Amino acid sequence: MPSSPLSCPLLIRQLRKSYGDVVAVDGIDLEIRNGECFGLLGPNGAGKTTTIEICEGLMAPDGGEVVILGRRWGKDDRALRELLGISLQETQFSEKLTVVETLRLFRSFYRRGPAAEAVIALVQLGEKAEARVGQLSGGQRQRLALACALVGDPELLFLDEPTTGLDPQSRRQLWDLIERFRAGGRSILLTTHYMDEAERLCDRVAIVDHGRVIAQGTPRELIASLGVEHVLEFAVSDGARLDSAALSAVSGIRTLDRQDGTWRVQVSELHQAMPALLGELRRQGAQLIQLRTHSATLEDVFVSLTGRQLRDG
Amino acid sequence: MTGERPSLRRWWDHPLVQLTLVRYREFYREPEAIFWVFVFPILLTAGLGLAFRSRPPERTPVALVAGGPAADTLAARLARDEGIKLRILTDAASAQALRSGDVALVVVPTGAGVEYRYDAERPDAREARLLVDEAVQRAAGRSDPVSANDRIVREPGARYVDFVVPGLLGMNLMGSGIWGIGFAIVDARRKHLLKRLVATPMSRTQFLASFVLSRLTFLVLEVALLLGFAALVFGVPLRGPPLLLAGLCLLSALAFASLGLLLSARPRTVEGVSGLMNLVMLPMWIFSGVFFSSSRFPDAVQPVIRALPLTAVIDALRATMLRGAGPADLWPELGVITVWLVLSFVLAVRLFRWR
Repeated sequence: MPSSPLSCPLLIRQLRKSYGDVVAVDGIDLEIRNGECFGLLGPNGAGKTTTIEICEGLMAPDGGEVVILGRRWGKDDRALRELLGISLQETQFSEKLTVVETLRLFRSFYRRGPAAEAVIALVQLGEKAEARVGQLSGGQRQRLALACALVGDPELLFLDEPTTGLDPQSRRQLWDLIERFRAGGRSILLTTHYMDEAERLCDRVAIVDHGRVIAQGTPRELIASLGVEHVLEFAVSDGARLDSAALSAVSGIRTLDRQDGTWRVQVSELHQAMPALLGELRRQGAQLIQLRTHSATLEDVFVSLTGRQLRDG
Repeated sequence: MTGERPSLRRWWDHPLVQLTLVRYREFYREPEAIFWVFVFPILLTAGLGLAFRSRPPERTPVALVAGGPAADTLAARLARDEGIKLRILTDAASAQALRSGDVALVVVPTGAGVEYRYDAERPDAREARLLVDEAVQRAAGRSDPVSANDRIVREPGARYVDFVVPGLLGMNLMGSGIWGIGFAIVDARRKHLLKRLVATPMSRTQFLASFVLSRLTFLVLEVALLLGFAALVFGVPLRGPPLLLAGLCLLSALAFASLGLLLSARPRTVEGVSGLMNLVMLPMWIFSGVFFSSSRFPDAVQPVIRALPLTAVIDALRATMLRGAGPADLWPELGVITVWLVLSFVLAVRLFRWR
């Protein structure tokens, strides 16, 4: 038996959904803990949106079960909708309404929750309260969508790609707001294809690809599972002549692969591997034209699991 | 978040009120919609009413050949007659005017009497001769053995403007019902707003009801403006019981609102729904007798035309406004409208796509 419903805001067992011949969700299991921000990380088309929309009660699964706050869709729909805050991937609110009118509308649907004006202040749209939705920027619209999700004072928040298409400053602003909600002790399920977003916001992450969870854990655990701490990328003026076997033999190098003329090396001990690698390149007579290094990220986890980049889709 | 206490609920915080307010706001913040719903029908009524207005009887043009005191006396007598438009010309000029049709009759004073020159095959010439001779003889002292009394009757209800105003009213009820609801719903579906709304605890019934409620408010304005204008400016009659007219407009608006709901039940694009709406409305604009009587179409298609909702609405409006028909006379039309209302609504609710 899974943990008691109260300690588990969301439990998903063997979830399946197909559109015709296309399998969108292929047996996903998830369990979100109380007060946790859980991320579904994966490329476009991985099945993230289908999963979250089934959880939101907008779509019926072909198989499997979803238990939300101890309730199930089809039995406690009205009660569930009171408890959930939802931000869909692409909602355009009526452009002719003002921000405050939109929030009063959404507030009217819920039995409890803060006043429209309070939520507007919370998402820092106070100055735009009387502005028409049509005049808002992309970031302001996303904050309006978040406000509409918060106006019923939800126990569980579903955010589908909350910052897609936003500029870096708007994304950071939205992250701050999401973190503030989580600090209040409520739970969040969010989908994203930005690994930096998942690393920053999520306590735990499930990496989803082709409708399946291919890895699950805290961002730190997932990155540690790579067994590497750093990723080194370099390019040489004539890369085709490099002897990759000799490079792989360099101490500290775990994996080595080449993509579009760029060599990608996963290393565990950067301070030892770097000088050795440079020495080997000099020995082979290669001319470095590019050299980059970064700490291993969830992106690297995805690449090592699938051989593809997240953004390739 | 601190929002645990249930905030004080004022009546305007009720979801149905908020949803209906959204409908009003989206409407009055769209100036084009106001023009098409409220101003355009009035402009159309004014234009048609002026173009086809009944004119007062025209005065008959008559020439009098100048010369001599007899002509002056005759001229003074004829000029007093309201039915005659008199021109005093020379002999040659009057002959020319008669030939070219500028005058219907030439009056030539002779020593003892008058001579009429006219073309007896022209009806207006014969009428002119009767008019002028009547004036001449009466002035000379003829009296009528039988006394006659003229009473001019000008009856509103038989003019074109009287015919067309119920047609325009019906057309307006149909257009604002179908357009007003169809576009708003499909636009909300296209923007994923419908999906977002059903993800809240919002009642779907209240969402649909808000469209009906706002339609009914606009309906009162539309009907009052158009009929008020037609009655005040053109004297178009409203002979039937006012309550029947109000009830008929209400029933028609509900039927067209349901039809609008049905047409917008599935399309995902505004283009898709506008094609569907035109497909449904165009035949009714042509066949339902908005601008000319639908009885002009062949008998074979009459049963189909009678079954169209707009035909029933316009026929019933004409019957009660122009002929003063009561509820008992209108049951076939009321039946047709009710069937459309119920069928469209039931189908719309069954087919409606919220996502």
